[in-house]
Amino acid sequence: MEVIALFVAAVFTNNFILVQTVGICPFLGVSKKTESALGMGVAVTFVMVLASLFTYAINQWVLVTLEIEFMQTIVFIFVIASLVQMLEMILKKVSPSLYASLGVYLPLITTNCAILGIAQANLTAVSNLFMAVLNGAFAGLGFTLAIFLMSGIREKLDKVDVPRPFKGFPITLITACFMAMAFGVFA
Amino acid sequence: MKVKDIALDGVVRQNPVFKLVLGTCPALAVSTSLANAIGMGAAVIFVLMCSNILISLLRNVIPSKVRIPAFIMIIATFVTVVILVFEKFLPDLYDSLGMFLPLIVVNCLILARAEAFASVNKVGAAALDGLFMGIGFTLALSVMAFIRELLGTGCLFGVQLWDFSIGIFASSAGGFLVYGLLIAAFVAGSNAVSKKQKQKQAAAEKAAKLQVAQAVAASEAEVK
Repeated sequence: MEVIALFVAAVFTNNFILVQTVGICPFLGVSKKTESALGMGVAVTFVMVLASLFTYAINQWVLVTLEIEFMQTIVFIFVIASLVQMLEMILKKVSPSLYASLGVYLPLITTNCAILGIAQANLTAVSNLFMAVLNGAFAGLGFTLAIFLMSGIREKLDKVDVPRPFKGFPITLITACFMAMAFGVFA
Repeated sequence: MKVKDIALDGVVRQNPVFKLVLGTCPALAVSTSLANAIGMGAAVIFVLMCSNILISLLRNVIPSKVRIPAFIMIIATFVTVVILVFEKFLPDLYDSLGMFLPLIVVNCLILARAEAFASVNKVGAAALDGLFMGIGFTLALSVMAFIRELLGTGCLFGVQLWDFSIGIFASSAGGFLVYGLLIAAFVAGSNAVSKKQKQKQAAAEKAAKLQVAQAVAASEAEVK
């Protein structure tokens, strides 16, 4: 029951992009084509799960034990940056084909608010490590859903005659407004 | 580089939110009220100035291969300072900014200025760039917050002005809408300005040509 509630919250009612407005940069930058949007979504979900696992564990068993919670921000970003770097190296070695499709998105992910966002959200939203990892996976799913839907709309938007000042970012943001309204209905 | 150029670039010509479209997450999330927007702006100005100064000082020391992690660690340190200060002295603001205070670490604006400006410029210029980019960010956030707070809740700075309110502006959908419309207005405005400048230039060139022609005609008449 708790898992279902977490799922609905992370994917719909508290969707990272559309409701909490976290991780907007890739949402605007990598949503021009469905293929690259899906690639970004998968890469972000993957890193989110790993980041949830490591940051929650380190926070629980190192920072809280040593009573140095004020180091959270620095430690989390350090963990995330090293995680992404290691993932890049492992993928390059183990699966060059996967690296070819996801590799370009990985460096961007370090500075993606959504990853540090899930690490921070896990501090208050969940009660144990298992739920933290699940929350990461669900939030990644919500991210992928939003960016995938957006890329579908944007492929159509390219063929539409948009007033000149609205070309590019503005029309994308206004589209996002309607998507956010649709997601807001779940709340 | 002149101070005036840096100031104009930071606040208007290269406005981080409307022109460069950087730092979009806090711009959308924190612009629900003016107090939040200004608090966030102050935090970003502080972090941006400090990180720009330190990175500019260390620009010849940091090896270029590890510069991004080094920049992020420097930024994270100053963000931690901000978090601790806010938690102690501004607890209300600390609660309402919530997760977006630590998220300043991954605000693309700060990393972008470190990479594009501070790592290739002298300390003084880098400090000024940080200050004015931060002011540009704060102004943009305040404009968005003004519209959203006024229309979304009928308040300004939390003071009730009237009972009329349109709920959508207080939600994230309203944030996307206001942001999109403001970027479009900014683009239209800057297009109009550059068009006017071009017209002025063209007119000036025409006048200069006319003068030359008149001078030539006058000298020809004299010869005759």
